[in-house]
Amino acid sequence: MIELATTAALAGIGVAAGLCVLALVRGRSLADRVVALDLLLVMVVSGIAVGSARTGDGTYLDVLVVAALLGFVGTVTVARFIERRGA
Amino acid sequence: MADVIASVLLLVGSALAVLAGVGLHRFPDVFARMHAATKPATLGLVLLLTGAAMQAEAAGDVAKLLLVVALQFLTAPVGAHMIGRAAYRAGTELSPDTVVDELAGVDVQGREPGARPS
Repeated sequence: MIELATTAALAGIGVAAGLCVLALVRGRSLADRVVALDLLLVMVVSGIAVGSARTGDGTYLDVLVVAALLGFVGTVTVARFIERRGA
Repeated sequence: MADVIASVLLLVGSALAVLAGVGLHRFPDVFARMHAATKPATLGLVLLLTGAAMQAEAAGDVAKLLLVVALQFLTAPVGAHMIGRAAYRAGTELSPDTVVDELAGVDVQGREPGARPS
């Protein structure tokens, strides 16, 4: 049951991450790239969480905390940069 | 029973993720795309992490997942606000379908007057 659900969830997250990378490469503006990169990191966090639900192993949960915080710092930094430089 | 609930939560969370990925390509301007992208960043992540917490064995793992949820709820709105403000100030063009721009005519720092359509 949980095996099947986590497989499907990981597939969905993988598709979403692929779409994020496509948006990142397409890059209609710098702000778009930041939005896509932010979403990509959310997908990484989601994927690790689903992976730990699948195996029942909590070793990688520390990575989640760090990734969530780093994503915020990166987003804010680039947002400040866009304000100075323009999109 | 817990397995069923956790499975449903994980599936709904990943469905939100896919929808956000599609919205990133289909929506007309940066602000609409941000609207699509911030849904899985809060609601989707909460669903996924709740599902993962129901499968976790140690209490410490549940605490870590709750910590991530708390941090995400604090930081995601701030980050989205920063991107939106930066994009608007940088003079990003709004979609022609935009219904109302409450800052139209206001002298926004850094934004060229008349940079938006109509």
